[in-house]
Amino acid sequence: MLVPILKQGDFLIATIQSALTDDDLLRLRDDLAEQVGRYRSRGVIVDVTVLDVMDSFAARTLRALAHMVGLRGARTVIVGIQPEVAFAMVQLGLTLGDVETALDLEEGLELLHKRTKRSASRGR
Amino acid sequence: MSLLVNKVAIVGDEIHVPISSDADIVIARQQGRALAERIGFTGSSLAVVATAISEVARNIIEYAKRGEIVLKPVNQGGRQGLTVMARDQGPGIPDIALAMQDGYSTAKGLGLGLPGARRLMDEFEIISKVGRGTTVTMKKWVR
Ligand SMILES: Nc1ncnc2c1ncn2[C@@H]1O[C@H](COP(=O)(O)OP(=O)(O)OP(=O)(O)O)[C@@H](O)[C@H]1O
Ligand SMILES: [Mg+2]
Repeated sequence: MLVPILKQGDFLIATIQSALTDDDLLRLRDDLAEQVGRYRSRGVIVDVTVLDVMDSFAARTLRALAHMVGLRGARTVIVGIQPEVAFAMVQLGLTLGDVETALDLEEGLELLHKRTKRSASRGR
Repeated sequence: MSLLVNKVAIVGDEIHVPISSDADIVIARQQGRALAERIGFTGSSLAVVATAISEVARNIIEYAKRGEIVLKPVNQGGRQGLTVMARDQGPGIPDIALAMQDGYSTAKGLGLGLPGARRLMDEFEIISKVGRGTTVTMKKWVR
């Protein structure tokens, strides 16, 4: 299942629509890393609200995604991790490392605005 | 008698999911979640069961290429539960104690799959023979 990626201003928003296979996740990672360059995006949001499982492969791939996007000069925020999924992740022993997260799309956009503004003023 | 639906075989009260591609991992955890729901699991324990299934199914793909997941309801002294068995005829695990350690991985994984699945489930057993294969059997009880 292909994950649609929407361009909204300086940001890219990828909203997962259904359960994803490992290949789908790798494809999302590569697509986002590529599109960040193509659209000169400064931030990426991955909305995982519909995911009912986040296993070690998914966590590892999201970490790699954020890392790749970061190397391309943009910030990543993962939004929508459900409470049941968070519970299972903690028991499994999974972390998203230093990948930023937010409750939902709205909070994620707010966080990205804050992050990209701050880094712009720091560069001045 | 067995019934074949979407590659999934129903054998008595068991659901057999053949595992040979990453799409099968998704089928296994969806079947596991659906069965867990029918047995009476709710809320976060559904995510817990699905996550554990995902980990052992992926290990089949990653290390043995193919195998199967068998899902089965259990009833022990009035207690309802779910048994998940993951079996393959792959290379086997030379040192199970080592493989069960957090962070130990012969691939480039996080080394969390097996120890994590043990934490997620109530009972966990692993039998493996080098050159013969691996069987992981896990149980979760409805609270
Ligand atoms: N079915 C199997 N057949 C052969 N070896 C296995 C099997 N399952 C696990 N192993 C071995 O046990 C090690 C630990 O497995 P575990 O699932 O805990 O971590 P991983 O697969 O390396 O990483 P992760 O699951 O975090 O992505 C593996 O690296 C592998 O060497
Ligand atoms: Mg594993």
